[in-house]
Amino acid sequence: MTRRRAARGNPDVEPLWEILEQVTDPEIPVLSLSDLGILQNVERQGDGVVVTITTTYSGCPAMDVIGDDIRQVLHQAGYANVTVKQRLFPAWTTDWISAAGRRKLREYGIAPPAEASSSKSALLGAQPIVPCPLCASTRTEKVSEFGSTACKALYRCQDCREPFDYFKCI
Amino acid sequence: MNHATQATALFNYAVGLADDALTLGHRLSEWCSKGPFLEEDLALTNVALDFIGRARMLYTYAAAIENKGRNEDDIAYHRDCREYTNLLINELPVGDFADTMARQLLVDAFDVEFFTALTGSADETLAAIAAKTLKECRYHLRRSQDWVIRLGDGTAQSHERMQRGFDRVWGYSHELFAMNAAERGLADAGIAVDRAGLRSTWDQSVDAVLAEATLTRPAGDWSVQGGRDGIHTEHLGYLLAELQFVQRAYPGLQW
Repeated sequence: MTRRRAARGNPDVEPLWEILEQVTDPEIPVLSLSDLGILQNVERQGDGVVVTITTTYSGCPAMDVIGDDIRQVLHQAGYANVTVKQRLFPAWTTDWISAAGRRKLREYGIAPPAEASSSKSALLGAQPIVPCPLCASTRTEKVSEFGSTACKALYRCQDCREPFDYFKCI
Repeated sequence: MNHATQATALFNYAVGLADDALTLGHRLSEWCSKGPFLEEDLALTNVALDFIGRARMLYTYAAAIENKGRNEDDIAYHRDCREYTNLLINELPVGDFADTMARQLLVDAFDVEFFTALTGSADETLAAIAAKTLKECRYHLRRSQDWVIRLGDGTAQSHERMQRGFDRVWGYSHELFAMNAAERGLADAGIAVDRAGLRSTWDQSVDAVLAEATLTRPAGDWSVQGGRDGIHTEHLGYLLAELQFVQRAYPGLQW
C-alpha cells in the first residue's frame, strides 16, 4: 500500500492515476480500481504506459473487461501505447478495499467484508456478523456461500427480510 | 537434473496441474442451469470458474517456460486425449449431485494440502499461483464438507446416494498421491510438492468428514491410474470434443 502511494506521488504518472479513477468494476460500477485495491502500479516506459493490476479471483471474468477499459480510457486521453500487466503475487485480499470502497459498497447495497482476512475465527467455524446494508440489523443469515459473482455470498436480513450480497473475505 | 531436462519437467508439471484444473472446471460447468436450486447452480459454476482461472494461470506459465510462441489457448485447445495429462479423478462424469460432491470433497481436501505445500516452492511463479489458489481451495473445501455432512447425515436416501458417490470415486483417489520420476526430481529440487507425503493428513481430514457424515470409508481394494501418462478413461474424449469444438473448427477464433 505504501509503495502504491509513493508511486502515485510521482508527478510523471499522477495524471494517469486520475484518468484511471474513471475505470470501475463492471460488476460493481460504484467501485473504482483503486477502491478495489487491484490497481498496483502505473509506469511510463518510453512513450508507453504500463498498468499493473492484481486479479481478485483467478477465474473472474471481469478482469478481461477491466483490462479493455483501462486501455480505452488511456487511449481516449491520448496514450496510444498501453500495456496491462497482471501481477500474481502478493495475492489480492479484501483487506485492500479502501475505506471509501467499503462505504460505497454499503451504499450500493452490498455488505463489505466483515473482518480482516487474517482473522482465524472462520477456521474455528465461527460465522462473521454481517450487518444488513439496508437496515443495519445484525440479525442476518447466510443463504449461500456464493452469490451473483465469485467474490460474493448471498445473505438475508431477518429484520427487513431483504436478501443482499456480502463481499466475502479472502 | 540438467537445465534442459528440468525445464521440460517443469513444463510438464505445470501442464499436468493445468489439465487437472481445466477438466474438473469443465465438469463443474456442466451443472450450469442444472443445479438442484438456483443458489447451488451459482455456487457450482463459481467454483468451476475458480478452477478454469487456475488452469489459465498454469497454462500461461507453461507457455512461457516452453517459449515456442504457443499461448494458453493453444495448449488447452489443440492437444488430444493422449497428450492430456490430468489425473483421472478430474475427468469422471459429474454423475448426480452426490457423485459431484464426493469427488469435490476428495479433491478439495487434497488441494488445500497440496497448494499449501506449493506456496513454499523454489519456483516463484508456482508459489505465487499456489498462494492465489489456496484461498479459493479453502473456501471450496468448506462448502464440500458442508454438503457431504448434510447429505450423509441426512435422509436414508441422501445417505445411501452419498455413500454410493464415495464408493464409485474412491479408486481414483490413489492417483492423487502418485509421482513419476520427473515429478520426484522436481520435488527433490524443492520445486514440486511431495504428493506421497500428503497422504496421512488427507486421510485424517477426509476420515473426519466421513465420520461426521455417518459414512463409511470405502475399502481401498481397487485403484485406477494412468492420467499423467495420457492413459485415460473413455470419458475424456467426449469432454474434449465439447471443450475444444470451436477452436478445432475455427482455429484461432477470438470472441
